[in-house]
Amino acid sequence: MVSLRGVDKYFGELHVLKHIDLTVQASEVVVVVGPSGSGKSTLCRSINRLESIDAGEIRVDGEPLPVEGPALAALRADVGMVFQSFNLFAHRTVLENVTLAPINVRRVPKVDARREAMELLDRVGIADKAGHLPAQLSGGQQQRAAIARALAMRPKVMLFDEPTSALDPEMVGEVLDVMASLAAEGMTMIVVTHEMGFARRAADRVVFMDQGQIVEEAAPDQFFDAPGSERARSFLASVLSH
Amino acid sequence: MNPLIDNLGLVLEALGTTLLMAVVAGVGSIVLGVLVTVARVSPIRALRVAAFGYVQFFINVPLLALLLLAVFALPDAGLMLPLTPTAIIVLIVYEAAYVAEAVRSGVNTVAVGQLEASRALGLTLAQSLRLVVLPQALRAVVQPIGNVMIALAMNTALAAAVGVVELTAAVNKINLVAAQPILIFSSAGVIYMGIALAIGLAAGRVERKVAIVR
Ligand SMILES: Nc1ncnc2c1ncn2[C@@H]1O[C@H](COP(=O)(O)OP(=O)(O)OP(=O)(O)O)[C@@H](O)[C@H]1O
Ligand SMILES: [Mg+2]
Repeated sequence: MVSLRGVDKYFGELHVLKHIDLTVQASEVVVVVGPSGSGKSTLCRSINRLESIDAGEIRVDGEPLPVEGPALAALRADVGMVFQSFNLFAHRTVLENVTLAPINVRRVPKVDARREAMELLDRVGIADKAGHLPAQLSGGQQQRAAIARALAMRPKVMLFDEPTSALDPEMVGEVLDVMASLAAEGMTMIVVTHEMGFARRAADRVVFMDQGQIVEEAAPDQFFDAPGSERARSFLASVLSH
Repeated sequence: MNPLIDNLGLVLEALGTTLLMAVVAGVGSIVLGVLVTVARVSPIRALRVAAFGYVQFFINVPLLALLLLAVFALPDAGLMLPLTPTAIIVLIVYEAAYVAEAVRSGVNTVAVGQLEASRALGLTLAQSLRLVVLPQALRAVVQPIGNVMIALAMNTALAAAVGVVELTAAVNKINLVAAQPILIFSSAGVIYMGIALAIGLAAGRVERKVAIVR
């Protein structure tokens, strides 16, 4: 569903992605972990070209990423993205946040878009907040609204960049539960997270990044119980000691 | 008796011209100012440069000079328009530069995440600007735009200099006969203050109504 071949990315002198190869199958859930600054966000953002890459190739559903213009917009419509800071549209209600792209990008009739949006909001447990503005919601509710907004486009793949890192601890669970149920339904997902419990529970594969490289890829049990590299061992030791 | 009241018909007609210029040029300058801002943040370099040049030009040239140019030079170039529409057009293009500055500062207040989220959903840049960025930017600059509108309303008085019979021109004419400059011009001043106050209050109301809860 998603494939990266020899992807390199620089920020000026800084080599943030070093020859990344990664393939994600349909319905697969890949969790990306690694120390801060290792390039996880950049990897995630390069898949819908919020970051351009300097070398290599990225394909989504077999199609190489278009460079700009309508073709890129069409590709992004098929790739859902959930941000650490939610990024709900501050001037629109929760319902309008969810219907905006279906109406304007997919040309879904308004009534249908609203009905589908309500179903999604119900599914993530915030149907009662449909008429509220984002600022009137808790962080956990905002992030669930953001997930519903992404799902409304019926994406082929969902990207999550630390979706729970901005949340108060008591709200992390409600968001992870929504993500886990998505994973169980067969959504293709790439999830950057520090939630090792979620990785163990929901991931098909864990990808460990350090200094712009994929150091290790393994099934969750294997990665957590018997990491193959020294860097992964010391990373796990530092996260688990918290 | 106040000579302005003795000439109420003329004063009201002139006030009508002043308000017409203020309203039409106000709406026009907001529309044009937003378009200039869009050009200023567009990915097309030529548009950005042109919009920057536009703003710099009109902010650095006196309005009176533009009015004189339009009224006396354009007919020479074969462009004939009645006086009031000419003045309105000059006010639109002039004040649009100030509106564009205000709107741009509003665009800068919109978090990058808002644009990223809308691009990530598959909205084109034009859609993202129209549906996400500009609505938030405009809500953030209601007061600054209100101030530009107040300046615009005051600037309509300069049209007197090129022969438009608006409020200032009319009271000037009345004073030539009545010769009570202090009374006449301070009365006119009070009318302008009323206009400014009305715009300011309206801007305040609009601002409270559209403010984004954060
Ligand atoms: N826009 C940018 N310009 C310059 N450098 C950047 C930019 N974005 C990220 N970087 C740098 O690139 C490197 C990788 O950043 P990235 O955000 O991908 O890391 P990360 O693994 O997501 O880290 P974290 O866990 O802290 O979110 C870091 O050193 C970061 O400082
Ligand atoms: Mg990150």
